[in-house]
Amino acid sequence: MHKRTPLQIALPVVTLWWREMVRFCRQRSRLVGAFLQPLLFWILLGAGFSASFRPPGTVEGTGYMEYFYPGIIILVLLFTAIFATISTVEDRREGFLQAVLVAPVTRSSIVLGQTLGGATLALLQGGLFLLLAPATGIPLTITSVAAALGVMFVISFGLTSLGLIIAWRMESIQGFHAIMNLILIPIWLLSGAFFPAAGLPEWLQWVMKLDPLTYGVAAFRRCLYFGNASVVGEVPSLFLSLVLTVLFTAVAFIAATASARRSAA
Amino acid sequence: MNTGKTEQIPTVEVKDLHHSYGAREALAGVTFSVSRGEIFGFLGPNGGGKTTLFKILSTLMPPTGGSVRVFGHDLRHASHAVRPRLGVVFQHPSLDPQLTVLENLVHHGHLYGWWGQALHTRARATLDQLGLGDRAADPVKTLSGGLQRRAELAKVLIHRPELLVMDEPSTGLDPGARQDFNVVLRRLREQENVTILLTTHLIEEAEQCDRVGVLHQGRLVALGDPDALKGSVGGDVVVISADNPGDLRVKMRERFGCEVSVIDGALHVEHSCGHEFVREVVDAFPGVVKSVTFGRPTLEDVFIRLTGRRLWSPDA
Repeated sequence: MHKRTPLQIALPVVTLWWREMVRFCRQRSRLVGAFLQPLLFWILLGAGFSASFRPPGTVEGTGYMEYFYPGIIILVLLFTAIFATISTVEDRREGFLQAVLVAPVTRSSIVLGQTLGGATLALLQGGLFLLLAPATGIPLTITSVAAALGVMFVISFGLTSLGLIIAWRMESIQGFHAIMNLILIPIWLLSGAFFPAAGLPEWLQWVMKLDPLTYGVAAFRRCLYFGNASVVGEVPSLFLSLVLTVLFTAVAFIAATASARRSAA
Repeated sequence: MNTGKTEQIPTVEVKDLHHSYGAREALAGVTFSVSRGEIFGFLGPNGGGKTTLFKILSTLMPPTGGSVRVFGHDLRHASHAVRPRLGVVFQHPSLDPQLTVLENLVHHGHLYGWWGQALHTRARATLDQLGLGDRAADPVKTLSGGLQRRAELAKVLIHRPELLVMDEPSTGLDPGARQDFNVVLRRLREQENVTILLTTHLIEEAEQCDRVGVLHQGRLVALGDPDALKGSVGGDVVVISADNPGDLRVKMRERFGCEVSVIDGALHVEHSCGHEFVREVVDAFPGVVKSVTFGRPTLEDVFIRLTGRRLWSPDA
């Protein structure tokens, strides 16, 4: 293969990333979809379950609004990642990506530009949601916010990659929707974002343990409550969660690159 | 003509190209070459193999058999050496409608290693060249179909490609915009010696090419300059419609001893002197002939002669 200069490698990545930013700013409806919808879920579900939510494995005094808060931020990341990948399907068959595919650019540069774009948008919107933390009673410090943002970036990078693995193989948007409902939403539902694992039937606990996003959610909870470990509840340790989350993101990115390489057009 | 080293290597050289999707053979042994500065068109019905040929030549997919060399490089192993010098125009627009014309051009330039002031100067010059200078800051979605097509071409020209590969470039354009686009292509060839390879299902578009390859069922059934191909049809083409074409066909063969074919219910006859033949036919079969037309042969007549069917058959 050709030897490429750092500029030749970075330029396509940066340009694809920037295109995602500009497109997002010009499509207001995406902000509504990825921010207001989770906000509505949080308020309605949070209020709705607050009377009945008394599970084992959470600390006494944790209301459902507070328990669900980190989970809903993960949902913001998931929605943003899905929005960022959904256009890939049409884009590569009848849009901008067609031309990128015949340009002297490696498929991994294309995927890196896309994932960085998706992750940046997710981080911005999730970050906006973090401003609501004081309303839930979670005390934020500079350290906990910095740690939480870092974990959010890694998770969104992984989720965007996961979306791209599917998007690069799909022939139609309809197909993507079906797979999304079958894979991406359940991954979120079973990650401890929506309900804690403690006290559940054993098989379900196992399913949750095998869900890679469980560790992302745990790492995120532990970072949010950084310095307040006693009120997090029963979730995997920070070290284990971080290692598995980074690992999951790396594997998902490599798989997305492989998926893009195999895709002929 | 100067005879530099690059002049001697054909820009595109395709030998015995095969391509199959599973059991279905889309290309069944296609051989041709295109020299520098040529405008070469592929004419054929849908499903004839044009799209497959386009995908292979644009480096989107490797061929399953045979050899394709572009600028002397084998596309199967060295597409990375071809891509920087290749410009691809897709049937569906590859402009981002959310972005402005200039933004689209700048992104494209970045993908080919252009950047900064050099890129902006180049983008402005290309837009001016194509008469889009005053639309640079407009979002693509506000442009008319014809202007979008020109902006598409401007985008592809940013990196100074030596070969343009275009899939049905005039899709969705009205005749005026199509003619306009054609003028732009010819100017490009004259000014920068760009080689142009396009697919089309439009007779008029094919007839404006220097050479045409007619693709039918994955094979090149004809190859040559449009006038020579039309010359292969004997003189004028007379088309006769009648209530009972099968019956009339037999009678005409007996009476005139000429070859008569029935296509879509109409009789087609090639005749060196069309207007006289028309009179003879009408005199010979009064009341049987409903209408008669005759004209100089088009590439469609060439296609009919070679395949026994129209480019756009109802059953296709």
